[in-house]
Order: sequence, then C-alpha cells, then structure tokens
Amino acid sequence: MVKYVIKRLLLSILILVGVSAIIYTLVRLMPVDYLENKLAASLGSAGSDVEYETRLAEMKAYYGLDDDSFWGICKGYFDWLINFCQGNFGDSWKYGQPVENVIFKNMGVSFAISFVSLILQLVIAIPLGIKCACNQYGKLDYFATVLTMIGISFPTFFLGSILIKFFAIDLGWFEVGGLHSNLPTTASGFTRFIDMVWHLILPMFLLTVLSIGSWLRYTRTNTLEVLNADYIRTARAKGLSEHSVVYKHVFRNTLIPLVTLLAGTLPSLFSGAMITETVFDIPGIGNIAYNAMLEGDIPFIMGYNMFIAILTVIGILLTDIMYAVVDPRVKLGS
Amino acid sequence: MEEKEILSNVPEEEVVTENVETAEDLHGENLNDRVRVLSPGMMVAKRFFRSKLSMVGLVMLIILFLFSFVGPMLSPWAESGEAIQDKNPGNEIVLADRIKYYTEEGDTVIAYEITVQQPTINKRGDLNSEHLLGTDDYGEDIFTNLMLGGRISLTIGFVVIILETLIGVILGGLAGYFGGWVDNLIMRIVDIISCIPTLPIMLILSATLTSLGILDISRLYYLMVVLTLIGWGGIARLVRGQILSLREQEFMLAAKCSGLSTSRKIFRHLLPNVMPQLIVSMTMGLGSIILMEATLGFLGLGAPLGTPTWGAMISAASKMEYLSGYPNFWIPPGICITLAILAFNFVGDGLRDAFDPKMKR
Repeated sequence: MVKYVIKRLLLSILILVGVSAIIYTLVRLMPVDYLENKLAASLGSAGSDVEYETRLAEMKAYYGLDDDSFWGICKGYFDWLINFCQGNFGDSWKYGQPVENVIFKNMGVSFAISFVSLILQLVIAIPLGIKCACNQYGKLDYFATVLTMIGISFPTFFLGSILIKFFAIDLGWFEVGGLHSNLPTTASGFTRFIDMVWHLILPMFLLTVLSIGSWLRYTRTNTLEVLNADYIRTARAKGLSEHSVVYKHVFRNTLIPLVTLLAGTLPSLFSGAMITETVFDIPGIGNIAYNAMLEGDIPFIMGYNMFIAILTVIGILLTDIMYAVVDPRVKLGS
Repeated sequence: MEEKEILSNVPEEEVVTENVETAEDLHGENLNDRVRVLSPGMMVAKRFFRSKLSMVGLVMLIILFLFSFVGPMLSPWAESGEAIQDKNPGNEIVLADRIKYYTEEGDTVIAYEITVQQPTINKRGDLNSEHLLGTDDYGEDIFTNLMLGGRISLTIGFVVIILETLIGVILGGLAGYFGGWVDNLIMRIVDIISCIPTLPIMLILSATLTSLGILDISRLYYLMVVLTLIGWGGIARLVRGQILSLREQEFMLAAKCSGLSTSRKIFRHLLPNVMPQLIVSMTMGLGSIILMEATLGFLGLGAPLGTPTWGAMISAASKMEYLSGYPNFWIPPGICITLAILAFNFVGDGLRDAFDPKMKR
C-alpha cells in the first residue's frame, strides 16, 4: 500500500511537470509586446521615467520575457519551475498581489457555493436514486431518468441566463450581480449576511440542478447492481423486512462507490465554478481566474492552473485509496 | 403457412422461430428456411429501436439535422449559405435601462433611462410572420441564423469527434497491443492530458489567438485542433483497456498461428470488438464537444464575430440589455444546444443498453 502510494506520488509529479510545460508554452505563444503591455500596466504607467524603464526591464528579465526563441521559452519555463518548487509563485500582474494570496482570498465564496450545492446534491440524489432502483421502470424511475438527462444536457450558461431572466429580472425575487446590493451604511452584519445569501441562492440552485443528474444515475446503477447480488437474496430469504433489506444491506453497499466518487469531486470544490460565477458575476476564484486568463497574466495563469492540476491529481489518488479503505475486498497495487 | 411469431421476453432467446415443429416434420427441408436467426447487429438494432428514449433522441437528431442542413435552402433570408440583411427600415428601438438604488432613508428607488433609436435597416425587429424569431443587430433573420449556426456547431462536433477517435484508436491500439514501454509512454501522455483543465486551456488559447490577431474563420480550425488534442485521451484509454483483455483470448492465438500481419491483427480482429464501446463513447462525446463550443461562444471566445454558431448567438445573454429585453436573441439557440446534447445523450444511452448483452428487456 505504502509502496503503491509512493509510486503514484512520483508519477503525479511527472504529470504535473507535463501539465505545467504545456500551459506555459501556450501562454508564451502570445506575442511578447502584448505580454509586455500587460506587465507594464501592472507596474503603473509612469511614462518615460528612467526608474520605471529599468524596473520594467528587470521584470521582463525576471519572467524571461525578453527572449522569444524556443530556448528562451525553455529557460523561462525552468526559471518558473524552480521558483514554483521553492514556493515562490510570483505576483499576479492583473491583481498586483502574490498569486497565492489572490487565490486564497477569493476561494471562500466559491467553496461555500460548491460545498452547499454538493451537500444538496447528495441529500436529494442518493435517496431518490435508491428509490428509483427499487422500483425499476416505474413511473418515478422514468420521470427521474428524463429529468436527469435534461439536467445533464442543459448548458450552465443557458440555464443560468434563464434563471436570471425570470427570477431576478422579471419576477424580481432575487438579486444578481456581485455579492452585495447597495445597502444603507447603517445595515447590521446580519442583514448583510442575509443579503449575501440572497445573492447566492440562484447560483447554488443552478449548480445543484446541473450536477444532481450524474449522482442520481450513479446511485441508481449501483443500487441495481447491489440488488442483484447474492447476499441480498440471502437477506430476503432469511425473512428480513424489505425496509431493512434496502436501508441496511443495499444502502451501505451502494455507498462504497459513491464515497470514492466523492473524493474525485475535490478539485471542483476549491477551483470555483468558472461559468456560473461569470454568469452571476460573483467575485469567486473562477471569475477572477477567467479575467486573468483573458489578459495573459502569466504568474496567475500558471499558479491557478497548477492549483487545479494538483487538486485533480490528489483527487484521483484519493479515489484509488478510498476504494481500498472503504471496501476491504480491494487490494491496491496488485 | 400460419405465422406464429413468438417475440420472446427473454433476451437469451433472440432467435425468432416461425411455426414450431418437430424434427420429423422437417424431412429434407433446410432448417434455415424455417428459423430466422438474428445477427448480432440486428439484435442490437432491435433492442435499440425498442427503447422509447433512444427513439425520441433519434427523431430529435434527424429533425435538428434537417433543420440545419436543409432548412437554410428553404429560407428566403439566406443566400448560398449566408444570411442576408433585411434592408427595410425597421421599427424604432426603445432601450430602457433599469437602475435601482437606495436612498439615505433606506427606500428603494427604481428609475428607467429611456433611449430611442431609429435604425435604417430592420434590426432588432419584432417577431412576425416574415421573421419568425425577429431580426438581430445586423438586420439578419434570427431563425435563418439559427439554422446556419446549427451547420457550424454540428460540423465542429463531428469533425472533432472523428479526429479524436482516429488518434485515440491508433494510439490506444498501439499501447494495448504492444504493451511495455510503448504502453507506458502513451499512457503517461494520456495521464498528463487528462489532468489539464479543459476550460482554462481553451480560455488561454482564445486569448493567445486574439493577441496574435487571428480573428477570422481560421479561429474555428485552431479551436477544433485543440479540442481534439485534449480530448483523445479518454478514447485511447478505452481502446487500450479493451485490447488488453481481448489480446489474451483464443481467437488472437488463432490469428497469431495463421501468421497474420500485425496491422491485420489489430485492425481486422481487435478493433471490431472495441466498436460497440467506441460508438457509445463517440455519441456521448459529441454532446460534450457541442457544449464546449457553445460555452466558448457564450464567453465570446469561440467563433469570430459575425459567424453564426449556436454558441456565438447565445452570447447575447451575457449582456443585460439583451438578456432582459430580447429573449428571442438567446433563448432559441439555447434550446437548440440543449436539444442537441439531449438527443446525443439519449441515443448514446440507448446504444449502450442495446450493445450490452447482459441487459435485460
């Protein structure tokens, strides 16, 4: 087990190096003067100031932007890699702060939205999925399958736009755009909190509707599989009530693959829902990253994407380990 | 001869017998004349057509294809595959900006800022019998653009999925068949590709293309290439997994004993066995590629300006003005995208169930 994990960790490092090299090359394909403008904008346009010029030249050399050839890009990449390994992620050009600060400062909202929505998904999808499987091809099952499919097929931005159009603009029930409305300065902390929640209801609803389908399908398929197992027949044969068959024997075994799947959702919890946040204009990490990526903000793009890649790698590893932890029948590395 | 068809409820009996007789009655007659044996392909087709959802999906797909590829030919507002402007003077456009603010006393005040424009062409026209969904900012018929947009969106989906499958099958096949360092190398590349965050990479690419000044139709080609390059990993993994298990079976030993060439063994004996899973994953993949194109379009990064794609059309929803005032701009393409993805998912699901021999019913 330990040997397996170490092997996987070493492999993960290889994957991360590959991912970072690809992303870095893609960013560096942008013309140098374009990147230079972005960099200059971050320093504040001081005009023809000598001190400013030297500072710009210094920064260009620091980020390896002065050499646009193949070897220049390679050198720039290795400089970045060495800095990254030393824990130095650089300053975001667009936001003018260390990358890690920008990420952690804006992660809270994104995490809150994703977390609440994940809980909602699980609370609704798992019982419903088991119910559907127990009455396979029943009315509820058919209904849930079609709804699930529609949920999976709806593009995020389309459903988001519809929600804004009908619930926020036409009916005026919810506020959209940002996290706060123009409250009077005298408003108490509690009012502000309620106001913020009010802004977040639609995005949470959107995320829940869109992702509930895959959980429901997964639960249903798994439960069906478990229901056909021999030990369920045994449970029925020894005269257990249907209730205790379903909720004791089926339910627990259904949870095994679900727990492992849960480990795989790790990246989506922290990396922010980019499109949802853009549609609702919520200043979460997804929205911040979206703007940075359009502007060619190299330190932030690299930092953010590596953050996601690391989470993804950990998520995959956790999934495998959870399999062995939850299900004693699974042996790793054999 | 009386026809007695027994449509079996039990899947193991996929042989439909006509007129059950004892062996003595057969004297001399060929058994094949009496018993219709279904080939595996026919069995799959039968199971597929029996499922209601996959039929719904198939019908939806056919309608969407007719709509996109035949529709523009019948539209008076399209000429040789391009939408034309409605040059008639249009109605005046009234724009109302809703402004909401709070007074010092804590009251909510809603104000509207009204602007009136008189366009020279029929732009942002109302819905009427001439323009079923009105006209857009360039005076082009939205309904016609919807059909033309479908052409591009669906074509992108098909081109990308075919390229992805080609690369995936070749590399996955090589990895699975040869094993060893070839397998290791290819699968590590697949690992790296599957860890790259798709949406960020597409955003960076779009920014790079914009900064390089590539704003014409060739943007779409770059987009397709990159979508292919980051999408083939899944198919390669699937093909490799299947081939790894097939390679050990007896028919491969037979193929080896008859001295077949490597390429023949791979392409004639191994790949046909992977086809079912491949077709299912292609159908499902089509939906996700159309979704990706639409997402980029929505963010204003996909197709160049003025090229109608469903994604580009729905990007109108990202501006408050259209979002509230002109739902005819963005709701129809949104519905088309949703229907297309839904249809591909239905068909893919139906195919998966039809191909699965363990599937009951």
